[in-house]
Amino acid sequence: MIEFAKAPDGYSGKGFFVTSFEKAIGLARKNSLWPLPFATSCCGIEFMATMGATYDLARFGSERLSFSPRQSDLLMVMGTIAKKMGPVLKEVYIQMAEPKWVLSVGACASSGGIFDTYSVLQGIDRIIPVDVYVPGCPPRPEQIIDGILKIQELVGKESLRRRHSPEYEALLNQYDIE
Amino acid sequence: MFTVKEALDTLTLQQLSHEFGDSILAHEFSYDMMSITVEKEAFLAVIRHLYEDHNLAFRFLTTLCGMHYPDKEKALGLVVHLHSFTNNHRIRIKVFTTDADPHFPSLTSLFPTANWMERETWDFFGIVFDGHPGLTRILNIDDFEGFPLRKDFPLEDQTREDKDDTMFGR
Repeated sequence: MIEFAKAPDGYSGKGFFVTSFEKAIGLARKNSLWPLPFATSCCGIEFMATMGATYDLARFGSERLSFSPRQSDLLMVMGTIAKKMGPVLKEVYIQMAEPKWVLSVGACASSGGIFDTYSVLQGIDRIIPVDVYVPGCPPRPEQIIDGILKIQELVGKESLRRRHSPEYEALLNQYDIE
Repeated sequence: MFTVKEALDTLTLQQLSHEFGDSILAHEFSYDMMSITVEKEAFLAVIRHLYEDHNLAFRFLTTLCGMHYPDKEKALGLVVHLHSFTNNHRIRIKVFTTDADPHFPSLTSLFPTANWMERETWDFFGIVFDGHPGLTRILNIDDFEGFPLRKDFPLEDQTREDKDDTMFGR
């Protein structure tokens, strides 16, 4: 049975349905995320399984991967990020158009993982803001899907004004972005 | 690993001893290859001789990298593997210097391939190659501080605040 996304709260009568822009846009956004996979190691392989037929991320509206940061709204960082890769990742994040979200998949992206060493970035949250962390080394596809669902929750509930708020600007400034 | 060619090893050693005398400090055989330790001042001349001599003809630089033995007086070292295609013969050259004077002459005038190898050695051991056309870091980030393959360099990332000795055996 095909289950459609539930309509947001609103008023309906014969031939009309009224809801707020925020809810309608949130619904549309969360069910049509275009992820940019930034896969650098084994978590990326798990992501391939997540995209494959068995786990089928397309069920959640994310089948369209974007390999251009300018056309994506979810940055999925999967794998060890070496310090030398740090500026590249940050550049990719900056090139993404607002609104944008970041999913940090696996121990390495989230904290450096087992690579407690001079050459590895100890978590991508040192250079870009992260919305959801997925633990695991590597996480199973179910966990990655769980992470995506958590992102969807955030996307659906996000206020349309959030990206224009001084709090958001302060957040980006923390990372020397803009 | 390789076919040992005693006659070529003997010839090489004889020639070098004749040409450079006391500058040839030691030689040994390990892993099917002859290693020769040379005085730092004679290093470039030795390599050049091995390169230019028609009988030896070591025209190929297989590898070049640094060494660090912090307990020795001459703590920093360089090991160079040369290969003679005409003789199919290999040789290892070692040279040492002190921590205070981490300089070696660059081999880029003989072997263009030494360029990146020397940059790597500078990057990881802090060995300066005099005469190198552009000695900058190659694998680590440009603003990296320290030389990570020196023995006194801590392996762990020093910016972590959530890990300490009790839990993580640092």
